[in-house]
Amino acid sequence: MITLVKRPTPSRGWSYTTPLLAVLATMIVGGLMFAALGKDPAQAIRMIFWDPLFGPNAAYFRGQLLVKAGPLILIASGLAVGFRAGIWNIGAEGQYIIGAICGASVALAAYPAESHLLFPAMIVAGALGGWLWGMIPAVLKVVFNTSEILVSLMLVYVAQNLLAYAAFGPLKNPQGFGFPGSRNLQQYPSAHNPELFAGTGAHWGVLAALIAVIGAYILMHRHIAGFRIRVAGEAPRAARFAGVVPARLVMFCLGLSGALAGLAGLFEVSGPSGQITDGFNAGYGFTAIIVAFLGRLHPLGILLAGLLMALTYIGGDMAQMMLGLPGAAIQVFQGMLLFFLLGFDVLTNYRIRIGRARA
Amino acid sequence: MTGDKLLQIEGLTKAYPGVVANDGVGFSVAPGEVHALLGENGAGKSTLVKMIYGLVKPDAGTMRLMGKPYTPAEPRAARASGVAMVFQHFSLFEALNVAENVALGMENPPPMGDLAKRIREISNAYGLPLDPERLVGDLSAGERQRVEIIRCLLQDPKLLIMDEPTSVLTPQEVGILFHTLRKLSSEGTAILYISHKLEEIRSLCDGATILRGGKVVATCTPRDKTARELAEMMVGGEFKATDRAQRTLGHTIFEVKDLDLAPMSQFGPALKKVTLSLRAGEVLGVGGVAGNGQEELLATLSGERVSAPGTVLLHGQDISGLGPNDRRRLGLQGAPEERLGHAAVPAMSLTDNALLTGTVRRPLTNRGFLDMKAARLFAEEIIKNFDVRTPGPHVAARALSGGNLQKFVIGREVLQYPEVLIVNQPTWGVDAAAAASIRQALLDLASKGAAVIVISQDLDELMEIADRFCALNEGRLSAPRDTEGLTLDEIGLMLGGAHGMQEAAL
Ligand SMILES: Nc1ncnc2c1ncn2[C@@H]1O[C@H](COP(=O)(O)OP(=O)(O)OP(=O)(O)O)[C@@H](O)[C@H]1O
Ligand SMILES: [Mg+2]
Repeated sequence: MITLVKRPTPSRGWSYTTPLLAVLATMIVGGLMFAALGKDPAQAIRMIFWDPLFGPNAAYFRGQLLVKAGPLILIASGLAVGFRAGIWNIGAEGQYIIGAICGASVALAAYPAESHLLFPAMIVAGALGGWLWGMIPAVLKVVFNTSEILVSLMLVYVAQNLLAYAAFGPLKNPQGFGFPGSRNLQQYPSAHNPELFAGTGAHWGVLAALIAVIGAYILMHRHIAGFRIRVAGEAPRAARFAGVVPARLVMFCLGLSGALAGLAGLFEVSGPSGQITDGFNAGYGFTAIIVAFLGRLHPLGILLAGLLMALTYIGGDMAQMMLGLPGAAIQVFQGMLLFFLLGFDVLTNYRIRIGRARA
Repeated sequence: MTGDKLLQIEGLTKAYPGVVANDGVGFSVAPGEVHALLGENGAGKSTLVKMIYGLVKPDAGTMRLMGKPYTPAEPRAARASGVAMVFQHFSLFEALNVAENVALGMENPPPMGDLAKRIREISNAYGLPLDPERLVGDLSAGERQRVEIIRCLLQDPKLLIMDEPTSVLTPQEVGILFHTLRKLSSEGTAILYISHKLEEIRSLCDGATILRGGKVVATCTPRDKTARELAEMMVGGEFKATDRAQRTLGHTIFEVKDLDLAPMSQFGPALKKVTLSLRAGEVLGVGGVAGNGQEELLATLSGERVSAPGTVLLHGQDISGLGPNDRRRLGLQGAPEERLGHAAVPAMSLTDNALLTGTVRRPLTNRGFLDMKAARLFAEEIIKNFDVRTPGPHVAARALSGGNLQKFVIGREVLQYPEVLIVNQPTWGVDAAAAASIRQALLDLASKGAAVIVISQDLDELMEIADRFCALNEGRLSAPRDTEGLTLDEIGLMLGGAHGMQEAAL
């Protein structure tokens, strides 16, 4: 008989091992799924995890890695702070969209004037937009005690509609021959977020992600404010006793994660994507939730998890193209990662005992 | 009653990282015997009964129940073998009624109507009147415990385990409980009873096994010993009573004026026109049954809840609107009764728990950045000065025995040398020797000029250390009286007849 015995203190060893186990299990079960779809599992797995880094076209894909990982890490760093406090922002995708719209609007309003101040102004606008979108669930929670999970999630759909409206309406490129979508900011030097080192894919957003990781680490593990956030997640009454004001905490966490998601949107729209289009958002805001948990809500873990997730994105695209795997199969594959992680997490808090106790 | 043993235990051992909680423990209980388990905090009493109830698996040793080998894999198996347990912490849902709560703990609950009838029958038969339709949220602590006991009695147990059942009960409620336990024992049910209240043990129990450091150090018949002798057997040495040194009272430093407060929770009481004042060096005792506004009073005085302007004054300064940390800065500290999840974070280490309230008055941070070394030293200081039994400050709070965590929490506040300290049930679940040292620490703090408010259900404790006494009942605080010369009858009057406590006629 198998029994679970709760550990008095969560196991440190397991909390580091379970992400690796989860990756392994995903490879195995994902491989089975690919086999069921009639593809060679070994080839598919290799294409997802290996080829983007070391395959024949690796030089191109390696640059893509940072482009994809940057926004994931930036968003997940903010989300993890809130998750640690038990505040569940599920709507980073919406905050990402609004950040992009606000940042792009500033640029498009200034077009075609050139100024060194434009890009900084766009950064402020992007962060502010995401922050505002995050403050809506925060204020509703504080005032009416609504669920931030539902409100932030529903606001994603509102943001998506705003995005479509902007792409077809006010932000539409007047010289775009009637096609939806804004001007391409890549062709507007003052507003462009360029690749900083050729071939690496590193743009300002990647740098911001790195700063966010370091900042989050200092906040959560070296500063009293982060300590109180952790206490709030562990024991809300103890947090109040320690002087945490719940309303302020909700505002801080949703505001911070919103602002970082907004920044990610701004760097994306002014860099790799270049323009506001109907389908601008690529699901980074949702994938970042997986990244946050895969990284154990720890800043350094998030850094690694973000890179790994980016890899499966790129590799997944490749497998989709070269092997004809359906896109949904790749999404299932990515979802498995979170599923197995949460499953194996049992080992962190419980010990498995097989057989009956010695009598 | 036969001479056969109901439960026989031999060589039971259980080790946790850094401590052997039970080391070759052996004892036996006869049918109908009320058997006490005695020992200091952390002696291993809870661990032992958890093994008997199938919650913790022994590393070694054997148990026999009614002569047959007994190895419960889980509580369900223990219940099926006729072993039932009432925990110190209730596990009831406030928003459900009594019958629903009882049904939730059963494997195959009968239809609600039948169950309600059974609850009525059993509760009346054992002198624990209980209305199955009432919401648990509306019940007093004593009545809630009745729900837990009835839940056990419905299974018709042969062995009933009670882990510190009386720490939250009023004297009247204790009387009712003992009546029930004696009736059960006369019907042949054996009872395994854990308590730190030695007088209770002397009046109730037929035999006792005394644990120290996880080992059985003695067995005795409690009636033949004095409480002091029992305490000395537990600690294995001389037992020191508190020393209430002469204190000179300074001027008034803390005042509460006409404090009104809405209930904190759906079922909580409101505070009504609470007024008190406190002089430097004074200890004020607040008696009364828990659940009459004790928690609310502590939360409002410590700053967890704010109150109307002008209602709470420290050194004449209005602090009604300040939060806990601002009040700590001004010298006011509090220690709530609920250790796990309120006064301490269960999953965090003792070092982290030292940081929880210690950063304002102790230099544990540097411009907001944590100084983990200083925090660890502070935790070690608490552990040393308050004799907290634990392998070290890295241990998670939830791995400490109940009484040891209590010592840590009180120590953390006292060692910050507050000017006003408010504690709620400071010795709840703490063994006699440690309780005495906590009381001594509170008195020492007062003799250094601090004002101390002790909220407690234990009247003996309040008489022992308080200069003045007042009672908190249904959110109202009576006018304080000097404890000197106060008789028990007068206290009873002040407490204003605790509700629903009449012993049912049998
Ligand atoms: N889950 C656990 N993990 C690690 N150590 C534990 C755990 N449970 C108990 N201990 C340790 O085992 C020892 C015995 O604890 P136990 O709770 O049995 O004491 P107790 O006699 O019930 O004390 P108290 O009177 O304070 O409740 C203590 O040193 C305690 O720290
Ligand atoms: Mg115990």
